[in-house]
Amino acid sequence: MEAIARALDSDLAYRFRRSPVAMLAALVVVLLIGSSVFAPLITSQNPFDPGSLNLMNGFSEPMQPNQFTGETFVLGTDDQGRDVFATILYGMRISLFVGFSAVIFAMVLGVTLGLLSGYVGGRTDTIIMRIADIQLTFPAILVALLIFGVAKGITPPDRRDEVAIWVLIIAIGLSEWVQFARVVRGATLVEKSKEYVQAARLIGRSPVAIMVRHILPNTLSPVLVIATISLALAIIAEATLSFLGVGAPPTQPSLGTLIRIGQEFLFSGEWWILFFPAMTLLALALSVNLLGDWLRDALNPKLR
Amino acid sequence: MSPLLSVRDLVKHYPTGSGGRVLALDGISFDLDAGEILGIVGESGCGKSTLGRTIMRLDDPTSGEIIYGGRDIATIGKRDLKQARRDIQMVFQDPFGSLNPRHTVGTIVGEPLIVHGIANRRERIAELLDLVGLPKSAMERLPHQFSGGQRQRIAIARALAISPKIIVADEAVSALDVSIQSQIINLLAKLRAELGLSIIFISHDLSVVRHVSDRIGVMYFGKLVEYGPSQSIFEAPRHPYTRALLSAVPRIPGRELAQSAVPERIVLTGDVPNIAHRPEGCLFHPRCYWKQPDCDRTSPELRVLEGDDFPARTCACHFADDPAVTTPN
Repeated sequence: MEAIARALDSDLAYRFRRSPVAMLAALVVVLLIGSSVFAPLITSQNPFDPGSLNLMNGFSEPMQPNQFTGETFVLGTDDQGRDVFATILYGMRISLFVGFSAVIFAMVLGVTLGLLSGYVGGRTDTIIMRIADIQLTFPAILVALLIFGVAKGITPPDRRDEVAIWVLIIAIGLSEWVQFARVVRGATLVEKSKEYVQAARLIGRSPVAIMVRHILPNTLSPVLVIATISLALAIIAEATLSFLGVGAPPTQPSLGTLIRIGQEFLFSGEWWILFFPAMTLLALALSVNLLGDWLRDALNPKLR
Repeated sequence: MSPLLSVRDLVKHYPTGSGGRVLALDGISFDLDAGEILGIVGESGCGKSTLGRTIMRLDDPTSGEIIYGGRDIATIGKRDLKQARRDIQMVFQDPFGSLNPRHTVGTIVGEPLIVHGIANRRERIAELLDLVGLPKSAMERLPHQFSGGQRQRIAIARALAISPKIIVADEAVSALDVSIQSQIINLLAKLRAELGLSIIFISHDLSVVRHVSDRIGVMYFGKLVEYGPSQSIFEAPRHPYTRALLSAVPRIPGRELAQSAVPERIVLTGDVPNIAHRPEGCLFHPRCYWKQPDCDRTSPELRVLEGDDFPARTCACHFADDPAVTTPN
């Protein structure tokens, strides 16, 4: 309880209450994440269970009763009679799962390499940062595509759908570690020269203990900002890959897969199949980004 | 009695960007006895901090010996170094940078106890805090909740945690207010008396060093130009640089003036030496008020002035024995 009270009283909480944009963005993010987590409680239909679908419901317009069954769907249905609202909630689960996992993977990798690079220095630093530089010359989505292609080549065809999600996570994670590594390396160089690090050396702490116990906690606030912004990037990257048809498999469609399916019907007039998933993706990515921007300003005293 | 710590001909080079090298320490030698406070003074850039860092092996010396307990700390390996640092600890200049802002005081002071596997941590931490004059309740608090002087006490408690025999205090009071400075100096003096600590007290402020030191070394440009018992340095300074430094210590008119060895203010001309460009001959000659024709050609040896054992009272000036050096011409 005391910890909660202290958190509510903190600088960050005060800044949060002063920023309507941050509060709105946080509300949207919480709503979207909450509704996807509790999707089975919100919708009666599991759109990816063929048994719960009725083909007669296909192409229902939003808010209009279906001409054959008389059922009404708030956001309409697609060609197979799947409720678009339900597909969005279930699709967002995949998008968020891939997004969060990819960011955590990128964060662990980037923070570790950044700490090593900054603390050890010398040749280790040169090698790690040159790899990072080389990777930065390619667009992130190209790196992800490349990794995805290689992974597809080495997995047997009958297992591709199973591993597709994990390949997606690794591909997106590997394309985003550089930001973390660079920021943590910079912060490590600053912290390393401070006297408390030298004091820890004199006490007899090992380099690993100094990195983990002393330097890491003091580099975490920029990492938090990058993680938030990376989450938005990862969700978009996942949607892009899925839109291109190389991401989430049709058995586990994400928001990107839904948008790809929807665009096939755009010119025949069934706009809602594309429109609502796309708007959801937009709202999600925008809110997460705004939160990240706010966090960066709130944690960086120099911008005040 | 053999000294606790002997430093002999300690040299530290730093490579410069242009391929040259900077002599931060140029053949430093001194002894430190058990329970002694040795003051090292000099202006900024003279290498006194490098001396502290090199003794602690935060920087590796280029050559020379640091003999402690029959071993040469300058060359021992990692494991032995950890052992040696049980006996030699350091207090840093900046009490805001030397404590990890995210650790509580208990964690900071207790960390050496964990590393060296000492039991009964909580009692020991409370004991240490008591020793440096902080309440037990400080344990749960974070460094930013303390003032500069209190933080320096915390840093001293951390240094004392593993019961070292020697403390290197690098400008340990320079960042503090004058009134707080005296508190910390008195604390160090008290610890010396109670625990038999030896302290190497590095400072740019002669009045601070004078207060506590048994012996004093005056550094100029990476060399100890004068070294000897505190009283003898203050009463009869031999090196022109020491005289100039002494004359700059403010004093109360009428009281100390009469006893002072350097009655008049000596104002040095010329620039603070650029460590990358060493002058020929005596390093001090471009600023010396007593400069003689020979000074820019031959470098003065560090000579023993009194006694026979080497580091007792030494001075590096051609004219250390000439009483006329007392006043500027």
